[in-house]
Amino acid sequence: MNENILEIKNLKRHYPVSSGLLSLSKTTVKAVNGVSLEIKKGETLGLVGESGCGKSTLARLLTGLEKADHGSINFKGHKLNEWTATERSTMLQMVFQDPYSSLNPRQRIGSIISESMRIHKSGSKTEIQRRVEELLVQVGLRPEHHKRYPHEFSGGQRQRVAIARAIAMNPDLIICDEPVSALDVSVQAQVLNLLKSIQKEFGMSYVFISHDLSVVSHISDHVAVMYLGQLMEIASAEELYRNPLHPYTQILLDAVPVPDPDMQGEDVIIDGDMPSPISPPSGCPFHPRCPKAMDICSQTQPKLKETVSGHKVACHLY
Amino acid sequence: MTAPKLKIKNLTTSFATPGGIIKAVDNASLDLGQGETLAVVGESGCGKTVLSLSVMGLIPDPPGRITAGQVIYRDQDLVQLSEQEMQKIRGNSLSMVFQEPMTSLNPVFKIGGQIGETLRLHKGMGKQQAAEAAVEALKLVGIPNPQKRLENFPHELSGGMRQRVMIAMALVCSPEILIADEPTTALDVTIQSQILRLLDNLKHKMNGSLMLITHDLGVVARVATRVAVMYAGQIVESAPISDIFKEPLHPYTQGLLNSVPRLGCRMELNPIPGNVPALLNLPKGCRFNPRCSHAFDLCREQEPQLIDRGGRQIRCWLHR
Repeated sequence: MNENILEIKNLKRHYPVSSGLLSLSKTTVKAVNGVSLEIKKGETLGLVGESGCGKSTLARLLTGLEKADHGSINFKGHKLNEWTATERSTMLQMVFQDPYSSLNPRQRIGSIISESMRIHKSGSKTEIQRRVEELLVQVGLRPEHHKRYPHEFSGGQRQRVAIARAIAMNPDLIICDEPVSALDVSVQAQVLNLLKSIQKEFGMSYVFISHDLSVVSHISDHVAVMYLGQLMEIASAEELYRNPLHPYTQILLDAVPVPDPDMQGEDVIIDGDMPSPISPPSGCPFHPRCPKAMDICSQTQPKLKETVSGHKVACHLY
Repeated sequence: MTAPKLKIKNLTTSFATPGGIIKAVDNASLDLGQGETLAVVGESGCGKTVLSLSVMGLIPDPPGRITAGQVIYRDQDLVQLSEQEMQKIRGNSLSMVFQEPMTSLNPVFKIGGQIGETLRLHKGMGKQQAAEAAVEALKLVGIPNPQKRLENFPHELSGGMRQRVMIAMALVCSPEILIADEPTTALDVTIQSQILRLLDNLKHKMNGSLMLITHDLGVVARVATRVAVMYAGQIVESAPISDIFKEPLHPYTQGLLNSVPRLGCRMELNPIPGNVPALLNLPKGCRFNPRCSHAFDLCREQEPQLIDRGGRQIRCWLHR
């Protein structure tokens, strides 16, 4: 049970950008800058951060949609690139943010869901057909829906189709990149419950990416907080909520609007925006906005250290 | 209680679609009191944006039209005003902050000019004077270096900055009533709390009233004093903030509150089953009945009316 399904070490992805006259000066956007993580079998790792913190780039690196510049990704005991693309696609799947653009509008639902099974020739035509109907029922749709096109479904139903497609080959890991942020609250709760019940039944791991801390803390076993391409803190969901160590995590938690008028905490509000990842601040990337910043914060970058067992934080305060 | 600043009475806004006429807002009545922050909540397609556009007189005609009801402001019915008369009020004493700061600013004009335009039109200011007032407005919404920012184009600003510019634009004429349509939806949580606090501070400073359109119940709990819940074009419940969260009466409001994942709570969510119905194909009786766990025969037959019940309003057969 405690076996790691995915281990990443010091992962980096820098995008070159040209700027200035005639694009002469070359700089890089450090989208993912030295991230190390592990995900256990059957667990959900939540990844939170504000827009531009590199969470989607990390997701693309994990699925192999993009190559890392530095660092290693170990998936099921082997390097990710040692697996062939076909092998990878049976074990690793992704659910995307926008259910309106992630399904081909010209393909029927049945063909969308069965595509991976057809490519991997995982059965006869009737077997695949039966599996599609089974999958549709599993995600809460009706078997006869396989004849329909994506436009005949609402956003929540499309996201269910995307989930059916992702679980078709019984993958070991599903990367969910903001799977519920385009949905209304009542539908969002339905999809969250669906993801949870599927995990219970099939025991796959999730990487669940979202900007919404309440959604992430609801579904995840462990939560990692990212800021400007780096991990700031990682802990179990309860521990992170009860005992947030990093000032950024504390501020994020305070900023989440709680649907209870009596529970409005002290409004700890930080000023300013996230700095541009093209020219990140020296030292700790959060220090210009941090209320507890010290001299050392602007000079050296803090390392991710384990404070309590299982609770890691990158901050000079600890 | 003082007389409400803005009174929406039985407002119905219809749209002609290829499939027939739909009532995007159906018989909505709301009061916005002095100093109040009224939140209008609901899921997408429930008519909250159309309601706010109707108040502002910004419904595109065709295909839309206000087919019934009144919007009473300063003893006049805004629905009956001509476009010219409405222009004098809009942006002046009745102002709006739009959704999506990325698309609501004109990309080819400088920030200063866009803020100044309102002042030149409504207050008859000259260019110089308008620019000075624009600097003041930018200072008010907490933009550093306002003098320099006037010369910026919208693309040079971040999302939070743009939303601040939108708010500055809405506020330069010191409106009595500000309508903010999902002002923080496109923003990160830390920026969201900055903007929410700003709106609240400004409301107090201007001694005005705020109507906040949102789908986020957390945002509602943070800033609102009253809440109106909309479903499929109708107001189904409206009540003071503490009542809505402590004792929601309508099953839809209860369902919405049960659907929200809460920080640090990993209990199974209890969502409302099904989807919001299409306005062209509304169920018979109560519009919520196919998704309601309390529905009984009457709900499937007859549509309930919005009734007053000790300071709150409710549209449900369970509360007759």
